[in-house]
Amino acid sequence: MCLGIPGKILDTHEDGSLRMGRIDYGGVVKEACLAYVPDAKPGDYVLVHADFALNVLSPDEAEETLKLFRELDQTT
Amino acid sequence: MKYLDEYRDPKTTAELLAQIRRTVTKPWTIMEICGGQTHSFLRHGLDAMLPAPIELVHGPGCPVCVTPLEQIDRAAAIAARPEVIFTSFGDMLRVPGSEQDLFAVRAKGGDVRVVYSPLDALAIAGANPDKQVVFFAIGFETTAPPNAMAVLQARERGLKNFSMLVSHVRVPPAIEAILSAPSNRVQAFLAAGHVCTVMGYWEYEPLAAKFRTPIVVTGFEPVDLLRGLLAAVRQLESGRPEVENAYARLVSREGNRPAQDAIGRAFLECDRAWRGIGVIPASGWKLRDALAEFDAEKRFDVGRIAPKESPLCIAGEVLQGVKKPPECPAFGKQCTPQCPLGAPMVSAEGACAAYFRYRT
Ligand code: SF4
Repeated sequence: MCLGIPGKILDTHEDGSLRMGRIDYGGVVKEACLAYVPDAKPGDYVLVHADFALNVLSPDEAEETLKLFRELDQTT
Repeated sequence: MKYLDEYRDPKTTAELLAQIRRTVTKPWTIMEICGGQTHSFLRHGLDAMLPAPIELVHGPGCPVCVTPLEQIDRAAAIAARPEVIFTSFGDMLRVPGSEQDLFAVRAKGGDVRVVYSPLDALAIAGANPDKQVVFFAIGFETTAPPNAMAVLQARERGLKNFSMLVSHVRVPPAIEAILSAPSNRVQAFLAAGHVCTVMGYWEYEPLAAKFRTPIVVTGFEPVDLLRGLLAAVRQLESGRPEVENAYARLVSREGNRPAQDAIGRAFLECDRAWRGIGVIPASGWKLRDALAEFDAEKRFDVGRIAPKESPLCIAGEVLQGVKKPPECPAFGKQCTPQCPLGAPMVSAEGACAAYFRYRT
């Protein structure tokens, strides 16, 4: 139940007082509430749980981690 | 998909395992708190690939498992009422109550519906003004922001026919309870990444210091899990207990402030009973008094509940990492996913279900 899934915001719209967005999960598209990620914009990756985006994925941190892995590959 | 495939890469997984093997010199017992991580470890066979000195034990982070039996019985009693549409995440329907589960209530004519989000429950309430719609609001800090938003929206929309049966739990008090138990064997924790996405990890810092225990914020993919383990082993080997973030692409120290604000507006900290474990002080959230009109416990009087647990089930010990599921005499015999005696055999996050699925 606590498993969030990363997805990419395609576009955003308002539903009453809630900011919503269409999220692409590698081909499957579903709506999610963006109330908790007020600065998220189309193209951003978000972690979604129970149709709520809980955070925006940081591309810098993701790149940093992947760089560490590439170095790891070379040292072993 | 981007930001997913990289963290499932078999080559990186193998490199990380090799690093762990090179780092470890002594036996260590490490607990992953989150049942989602338990399933991930077993599904990918990672636990079996770890060097022998490392023992993984599985924690209580299965929301379905720790929801108290009394609350399951109350849910069944409310769901059986003719005026009620009872909505819940799917896993809850098969959790055994004292007499019956929610599926049995549905089979007898109760209107019990599976939803993926509490917003679905709000939509059902909007579409059925002549019915009382109840949402079973359970879960850890990850599920609290969606559930908080649902009740805040219900107030904003003036919905008179929506209420929530709340049984929320929090991770840090559970870690404290595990470390304080005289029987504790756990020497380091992998903290649940998605809980920390919401709450950050500042709450864990006093715990790591007080109990001199490493706590590593860890994600869910194979590479994430091994990276978290490697960090924990490094800390243990060097005697440097601290909170470390191995999931920085989604977790910051502060967490998600707007989500925390919404939780604060909807919920209040409270003592909470954990199924099989008992009451843990300040380990739960309940609805604030200002939202009492949306509290299903207040709206529906179901009389006295006298919960009766299966005498065979040792879920409490399993959930605290004292025993592993195959050590339960009922495991795979009287208790299977088709006919579960305890909640850990039901859930997609339950340790017993994970062992049954991947180890039998
Ligand atoms: S195997 Fe079944 S009876 Fe045994 S602890 Fe797990 S859920 Fe309970």
